[in-house]
Amino acid sequence: MLAVEHVSKAFAGVQALDDVNVEIGVNEVVGLVGENGAGKSTLMRILAGVYSPDHGSLKLDGAPVFLRSPRDANLNGIGIVFQEQSLLQNLTVGENIYLGQEAEFTRLGLINRRRLNAAARRQLDKVEVDIDPRTRTSELSFAARQMVELAKALALEERTERHLVILLDEPTSVLEQRDIDILFARVRALKQRASFVFVSHRLDEILSLSDRIYVMKDGRVVGRMQAGSTTVPQLHQMMVGRDRHAEYYRESRQHAPREEIVMEARGLSVAGAYREVDFVLHRGEVLGIAGVVGSGREELTRTLFGFVSQTEGTLVIDGHEVRLNVPSQAADRGIGYIPRERRTEGLVLSLPLAVNVTLSRLPTSRITGTISLSRELRLAKSWVDKLRIRTPSVEALCLNLSGGNQQKVVLAKWMNARAHILIFDHPTRGLDVGAKEEVYELIRDLSEEGVGIVLTADTLEETIGLCHSILVMRDGQVTARFDASPGRKPSQVDLIRHMV
Amino acid sequence: MEPQIGPPSADRGTPPQISSPERRDRNSRRPLSRLKPYAPFFALVALSLLIGAMNARFFEFNNLIRIANSAAIPLVLALGMTFVIVLGSIDLSVEGVLAIGAVLISLLVRNNSNTNDFGWFGVVLAILACGAIGCANGAIHVGLRIPSFMVTLGMWFIGVGVATLLLGGSTVRVVDKGIRSLALERFLDFPIAVWIALGTLGITWIIERQTRIGRYIYAIGGGEDLAALSGIPVRRVKIIVFTIAGTLFGLGGLLSAAQLGLGNALIGSGRLFSTVTAVVVGGTALTGGEGGVINTLVGVMIMAVLGNGMVLLGISPDLQLGVQGVLIILAVALSLDRARLKIVK
Repeated sequence: MLAVEHVSKAFAGVQALDDVNVEIGVNEVVGLVGENGAGKSTLMRILAGVYSPDHGSLKLDGAPVFLRSPRDANLNGIGIVFQEQSLLQNLTVGENIYLGQEAEFTRLGLINRRRLNAAARRQLDKVEVDIDPRTRTSELSFAARQMVELAKALALEERTERHLVILLDEPTSVLEQRDIDILFARVRALKQRASFVFVSHRLDEILSLSDRIYVMKDGRVVGRMQAGSTTVPQLHQMMVGRDRHAEYYRESRQHAPREEIVMEARGLSVAGAYREVDFVLHRGEVLGIAGVVGSGREELTRTLFGFVSQTEGTLVIDGHEVRLNVPSQAADRGIGYIPRERRTEGLVLSLPLAVNVTLSRLPTSRITGTISLSRELRLAKSWVDKLRIRTPSVEALCLNLSGGNQQKVVLAKWMNARAHILIFDHPTRGLDVGAKEEVYELIRDLSEEGVGIVLTADTLEETIGLCHSILVMRDGQVTARFDASPGRKPSQVDLIRHMV
Repeated sequence: MEPQIGPPSADRGTPPQISSPERRDRNSRRPLSRLKPYAPFFALVALSLLIGAMNARFFEFNNLIRIANSAAIPLVLALGMTFVIVLGSIDLSVEGVLAIGAVLISLLVRNNSNTNDFGWFGVVLAILACGAIGCANGAIHVGLRIPSFMVTLGMWFIGVGVATLLLGGSTVRVVDKGIRSLALERFLDFPIAVWIALGTLGITWIIERQTRIGRYIYAIGGGEDLAALSGIPVRRVKIIVFTIAGTLFGLGGLLSAAQLGLGNALIGSGRLFSTVTAVVVGGTALTGGEGGVINTLVGVMIMAVLGNGMVLLGISPDLQLGVQGVLIILAVALSLDRARLKIVK
């Protein structure tokens, strides 16, 4: 009924979707699986009218449709239950369900709240939840909000002649098992009024809820099958796909780390995010943390740079027990952070390269305490040479640099601050292949110089290829540890088994 | 390759701990934080009782009338400001627009400077002009994408400048009896101005509660991106809100001219600060999406009661200003959920 035909989409040179074909039948639940970055979210956003495809088209009942906005998608019967919820916290449940649709309830310019709430009540009844439409949304639990979102999507029934398609974008990632069961029961019951597209990292969920499954990898559909005729290991194998090639990640340059320990975690926990994490990081070691969204690895990374501090356990840096309350304390301890949002968290884009390089440690005069501008320029020049940053001059504004070169400036900033522990948070996100390889090269350089590195990478391939050792997390706990020295590297299936 | 040390892997059956449903709204279930929206109201009651206990004259009927009268103009101005702040914007042009309103009115009705005598027609004209200035604020803000802060800061001084030009720096006396009666005549013991302020309160309350504009103001204040994605005409709503604000500032100009019996360019002096303070003290968050006209009523009353009380207790006017300053900082500190703000600018 709804078909995606030959759809491609690229962002800044990175091919997010490549000739994707997907069909969604009437009263069908279609599961969509793939690693982070496989293109699931992009596909969902295209279906939801947030993005429009570069090539290819969407067809509804055989006729091409152009979705210019989420509203357009709604009018064509496509509703979304987003992972990051899209309800306004400061409005009531009823107001949220009919946001933008108040005209139906308005007479002489006045909204009839009673009628609006009664209508909202009807939508909530469809998902069988007992929530008063007058409740403020912020007072609901996550699970209840998810139900409200579902009700909001179902309200489309009354506005369109079309058969509904509801997109569920990782609806279970923040729910408890009990609530997941309830959600699934509702979806099964609602199959007679709507089709669903279901994205989840948990393969058992996909298998239990879906009728058919599409497997995505690197922006392509690499497999389509009936849910009844496949198994979790089969899905694993398809998600992983081809073998990685060793030289891409400069594995010949991977040497054993040194003896000294630069960072150690003992029973590190952050309430509500992860618990009881132990690890040791040596000089020159690259430690990878693998896990799906919600596994606690993002929060762990953020703990190491002081964005959040541990609620339990100890963190030892260079032999000192520390508690990092703010990032500046981490920086003082010689820790650097290469953020995934380099455009907002890594660089001040509107400032010149040289100013960014010296941001964390200014070349000040010993006598007057003022910044020595000439020394700043010299420092910046030396980093530009050392890291092979391609820029017209050290005074060029960072916003004019390419993504890869921006990333190098972030690195230069921390190396200038003499960081000897670097936290890489998705360092290659949004970079093209060439720039990625340069980042890999730099990680090897740093490792040889004895910098300890904690890496959360975009793909498992990257994690396996770059790291000396790997920590696998699931649901807030470490589920496995792997030695990843050259020749003994674990396979992606090994890791995935402990991730989902 | 098998895991080396691997602690016992989590059983798939156990619910993940990370999904505690209260993760975002830790507070909303505690009874104390449930009362938080009513804190300004309790503060008003407590303040009244305290002042009443220290000086019995506070609760005399004549004093209550005095309080109501002193609250009328601040209420009208603060109601105009409320919607702007709920949007997440700010309107600093209060004093400028008010001055233009007051000066235009005093020049259009019977006065001691020219021979005009347009009466209420002139009043309507002047207030419409103020609405047009508000509309311009909004249109420049959304059209040129200039922060409302800057646009209205500029408009403040344009307003004062134009008002000064119109009068050549002097003051004009209002002779029109009808206009003066707003401040001087009473209905059911209260000056007409108080009834006008209450009428404005009623209308803005209906706008807030019962109209699409009202709903959209909260949607935009709560999440502008999401509001836009829901098909809400964000730009139009903003322009309308600034127009309402300008209109009410003009109405404030009318009441000021009536009260003082004159118009001059500095008639609005000090009104901006007390207006913003009243809105914020009432519990409307500067970050947008929270609060409303009832909050503003409470905020205005707190300011009026406090001012009146300090006079009754013989506190010097210089100190009174300082107290207002303390109050606004305190109110913001109490009302903002600062833990949720990532960056405070």
